[in-house]
Amino acid sequence: MAFTSLKGLSLYDKVTGSWGRSAVIGVPMVFLLAVFLLPFMVVFKISVSEMETVTFSEVLTWAEGVILLKVNLGNYISLTQDSLYIQTYLSSLQFAAITTAICLLIAYPFAYFMARSPADKRPALLMLVMLPFWTSFLLRVYAWKMLLADSGVFNNMAMALGLISEPIKMMNTPFSLVLGMVYTYVPFMILPLYANLVKMDLRLLEAALDLGATPWQAFWRITVPLSKNGIIAGSMLVFIPCVGEFVIPELLGGPQTLMIGRVLWDEFFSNNDWPMAATVAVVMVLLIIVPLALFNKHQAETAGGGRA
Amino acid sequence: MATHSHVQPQAGTANGAPFLQIKRVVKKFDDVFAVDEVTLDIQQGEIFALLGSSGCGKSTLLRMLAGFETPTSGQILLAGQDIVTLAPYERPINMMFQSYALFPHLTVWDNIAFGLRRDGLPKQEIEARVAQMLDLVQLKAYAKRKPHQLSGGQQQRVALARSLAKRPKLLLLDEPLGALDAKLRERTQLELVGIIEQVGVTCVMVTHDQEEAMTMATRIGVMSEGKILQIGRPDEIYETPNCRFVADFIGSVNLFKGNVEVDEPDHVVIASPECKHYINHGITGTAGMAVHVAVRPEKMSIRQTPPLEDERESLAEVGFNMAQGVIQDLAYLGSLTTYHVQLDNGTMVKVTHTNAARHAAIRLTWGDRVYVWWCGGDVVVLTR
Repeated sequence: MAFTSLKGLSLYDKVTGSWGRSAVIGVPMVFLLAVFLLPFMVVFKISVSEMETVTFSEVLTWAEGVILLKVNLGNYISLTQDSLYIQTYLSSLQFAAITTAICLLIAYPFAYFMARSPADKRPALLMLVMLPFWTSFLLRVYAWKMLLADSGVFNNMAMALGLISEPIKMMNTPFSLVLGMVYTYVPFMILPLYANLVKMDLRLLEAALDLGATPWQAFWRITVPLSKNGIIAGSMLVFIPCVGEFVIPELLGGPQTLMIGRVLWDEFFSNNDWPMAATVAVVMVLLIIVPLALFNKHQAETAGGGRA
Repeated sequence: MATHSHVQPQAGTANGAPFLQIKRVVKKFDDVFAVDEVTLDIQQGEIFALLGSSGCGKSTLLRMLAGFETPTSGQILLAGQDIVTLAPYERPINMMFQSYALFPHLTVWDNIAFGLRRDGLPKQEIEARVAQMLDLVQLKAYAKRKPHQLSGGQQQRVALARSLAKRPKLLLLDEPLGALDAKLRERTQLELVGIIEQVGVTCVMVTHDQEEAMTMATRIGVMSEGKILQIGRPDEIYETPNCRFVADFIGSVNLFKGNVEVDEPDHVVIASPECKHYINHGITGTAGMAVHVAVRPEKMSIRQTPPLEDERESLAEVGFNMAQGVIQDLAYLGSLTTYHVQLDNGTMVKVTHTNAARHAAIRLTWGDRVYVWWCGGDVVVLTR
């Protein structure tokens, strides 16, 4: 038996080994190259060119046998000198971080109880988490406007009940922005956490209790460390899109809520300064990718190829 | 098979009461009795094995000792104290889990220190105890490894060290060697017993492997359908089973159905379709009662020629405890050969013959007509 299975494996390897395995990695690589790297290169090119009335200058020109490479770093320099951009970046990172933290606080207990609920009830709970995706995201965010406005549902109700005498300003504040982002992104935190927690070996918790840990200690010493990968995955899925979020700040944000997505929009479509807008975009990508890459490298090194 | 050579357990605790007392413990899941009125006393220093097939309730009983299940009714006393209401983390009991349940994110050292840290012991004390445990299981060099970087046998030793680190009053072993391959298991059984005896901890283990139970345990409780059928030393369980289930579950056995014909205080005669059985000890039964005569395969002799007078010790009449048949099948296993013989009335019996000499004078083979006989002192009469 061992012989045949060994032979079967080698046959499998022969068929798939040489090109099969590289195809498995290669296809997504080519796809990412086409849909991410190439557009990024285009944006990068725009960011180092100059604006000319309606179009922008070519970076590479060919004239009379001379290749001219004209890289304009002016936008990058002005970016670092204009405190508005720096503040906007910081503010974006801050809002994204707050949103991620609140999402984690809400999603962890939610995912935990979902994972510990009877196996036959889990698909229904999973459906409920994904239910909001069935209606348009735009519509749902817009609905919050109705709820939070000065003469919105919440204020009217509170005033009718006599809890407050005049409406509380909720719309177009950091509160409404973070609320909208938490509301939108919390499923993206729940799903990876649930996927991680549901796989956990519950005997490990019994072993912890057996060794004298209270249920609370077992949770912090065993469950939380073992769900680290779920926490990281969920946090990335929330944090990254939140940094560049445009629609929610546009609909629910206000003058106090500087977000890089809106600055980007303004540069593109109000100021019509495409190179500047492209510069803002490139810096945003670098701001997110560089720390993530460093973090991943660190993770890979400490894990040492170990299992989750 | 019964090769245990342990020190016999002490008679009891100081005041004479057994160390662990399980009193009329019942566990019901919905309407099913997982454990059905089990009463069991375990002495200090004993290694007690609960033996049974899966679903017999042995694991549920063990989990009640650990505190993961609450008995529906009954008492569990450890050193005289009722522990039923204590949470698992409050009991002076530690368990070595089936397939170990080592914490994958912690090193060997941290796994062993886990319980000690929960007790809030001073740092030096923890370091000393972990070092002592690593010494005991000979894993000093592996302290910084994660569980997945260890072999199965090493993981088993880490699990043992972790469960012994808190110096529990009672150690529970759930299928302690089930995850190891056969060769390693044999060596580890004795190693494990050695360590447990060195520490001197009272131990209750659960296993479905009778060889494991017989090698490691001082006493065995055979369980079936939530009840303990028999409790005894390994040799008692094997040589004097008290019912057909135990006789059949431990090793293999030939069962002859028959009726008591002669019932005397010093001997009985039982008539079965195969032959008449002369048993040279009395039984608690009455004439005419339906019983089973159990004969172990290795207690039977097999040959093509009939037994001589002196080979049939203390038989009152010739013709008892003997039958003729044809070899239907045989399995040569090296140290012994197993013959499957169809007796003349159609009953199949199993006879094992030790291959003491390299070249036996007469080789038996398929289709040979043979005599099978056994001694009246080597059989057990089972009334249930």
